[in-house]
Amino acid sequence: MKTPADIGTAESGQAPDVPRRPVWWRRSGAAVRDLWIGGVLLVIVAAFSIGSPYFLTRANWLNTSNTATEVLLLAVGETFVICSGGIDLSVGAVLGFSGTAGAWVMATGFTGAHGAAVGAVGVGFLATVAAGGAFGLVNGTLVAWAGIPPFVVTLGTLGIATGFGYLLNDGQEISAIPGSVATFGNTNLGGWIPVPVLITAVITIWCGLVLARTRFGAYTLSIGDSREAVVRAGINDRRILLRIYFLSGLLAGVAGVLVMARLGAGSPDSGATDNLNAIAAVVIGGASLFGGRGTVIGSVIGTGIIAVLVTGLVLINVPPFWQEVTVGAVLIIAVYIDQFRNRKSSRS
Amino acid sequence: MAKHYGGVQALRGVTLHVDAGEVLGLVGDNGAGKSTVAKILSGATFPSAGQVLLDGDPVDFPNPAAARDAGVATVYQDLALADQRGVVANFFLGKEILSGNGVARRFGWLDTRAMTRHTVAELARLHTYIPDVRATARQLSGGQRQALAIARAAAWTSKVLLLDEPTSALGVEQQQQVLDLIRRVRDEGMAVILISHQMPDVLAVCDRVVVLRLGQVAATLAGDKLTSENLVGYITGAKVGG
Repeated sequence: MKTPADIGTAESGQAPDVPRRPVWWRRSGAAVRDLWIGGVLLVIVAAFSIGSPYFLTRANWLNTSNTATEVLLLAVGETFVICSGGIDLSVGAVLGFSGTAGAWVMATGFTGAHGAAVGAVGVGFLATVAAGGAFGLVNGTLVAWAGIPPFVVTLGTLGIATGFGYLLNDGQEISAIPGSVATFGNTNLGGWIPVPVLITAVITIWCGLVLARTRFGAYTLSIGDSREAVVRAGINDRRILLRIYFLSGLLAGVAGVLVMARLGAGSPDSGATDNLNAIAAVVIGGASLFGGRGTVIGSVIGTGIIAVLVTGLVLINVPPFWQEVTVGAVLIIAVYIDQFRNRKSSRS
Repeated sequence: MAKHYGGVQALRGVTLHVDAGEVLGLVGDNGAGKSTVAKILSGATFPSAGQVLLDGDPVDFPNPAAARDAGVATVYQDLALADQRGVVANFFLGKEILSGNGVARRFGWLDTRAMTRHTVAELARLHTYIPDVRATARQLSGGQRQALAIARAAAWTSKVLLLDEPTSALGVEQQQQVLDLIRRVRDEGMAVILISHQMPDVLAVCDRVVVLRLGQVAATLAGDKLTSENLVGYITGAKVGG
């Protein structure tokens, strides 16, 4: 039975199946279906646990979680960018550049100042994050105001950041930094929680809430869904885009700090392949490359899958070169599933 | 209470006005100037001469946001909905309710519960039947999407609602429901301007119709002169004067 104001459900023929499903399915279904990838992670973990007695150990946890932190930080920033319908190819290069720049500041600005080690570390860390943020601002400005496609902008800044990183010390890493940096990066709280993992966890939870629960997060998703709708609603879309790429750059800078702290040196190459892993993690986690859909928790799971594949394959004695083959294959499968879901849900 | 647009001198000298609680039809063949008038009223373009009066005061719309803030909302044919976002997110796009807590507010924390409550209440007030506000815009039918766009515009504007071809993509029953919605908005005291090629819809819902032809007002029809025959006559130029 229909009320007079029942504005077309059955007659439309435009959304034939969805409204007829029970309400509980639509409410819980979206979340459950988007987190199916979490089940995939559990299956992979279970498989490796059976395949290797070393998988579920403290050593492997520390190894895996440390590997995952830098990719996860990049993936969190990338989640915002991809949700807004863009892409940030530069994050890995920016990670390498900002770590090298921070190490350069510590090495050249504070030579001989032993007593000022804490100050040197503080300034160096700030410089690292600022270098990442600066690249984010450049990306955001070019995307939002110059109207250049994000792919082109960030491919350009990928090259620029890589080159600048090499220029700082003739392509060599900079290791003349206070020893406390490496101490900071290799401390495990309670033997189980590395400091970089803790920092990454706090930032990730924070960003997850920002994307899902704040106005900035809502605008990020809406811009990726329909920029026209956002503009017509009187929202300053350019400012939102600038903030999105700025956030991505800042997080690349924070990742630069953590990688530098783990290695005890600033290395321009340290993020070389991380950008692709970060993008893969976000896409595996269910974000749409067309924008408008994605969650930070999905990207966390996507990062987890990549990290577990990388360390797990080593433990079951697969030659290490197969890691990249596997990650590449998983990425393609995930994008295929994404396209399939997109086609299915855009029938209306 | 009167709301007048005096002297919109766009095109070749077009003057039209719409009163509160009235549906004004704006019809004409392609290129007659309907969309130019709409663009001026919605702030998408400037008149090269003439002015827009709102409540008797001259107003200046440098951009669509200014027009909306002044009380003139426009629903374009493409509806400007974010398809993968929920009904509530679309309804409140650009007008989100933030948490009352000071700290949370600073971080832009959304009061989702209040937004959902308001959306349900507003949609119910206009008898817009959308079964689940948690659905995404994409999951709605064509009529529901149109209703959501109109209800959203009506909720955020106080004076004038400009509708561009709201019924052209809909089935017969959905058209009737959208027309009912337009009447309800009018009955709440809003001035509605309806741009349409659908003559039966124009006849059904409009209190008065301005026919544009070649950038000029060919006729203003109301009461018993508002017939299908007159409309078509003035649109095609078979009839002149009036």
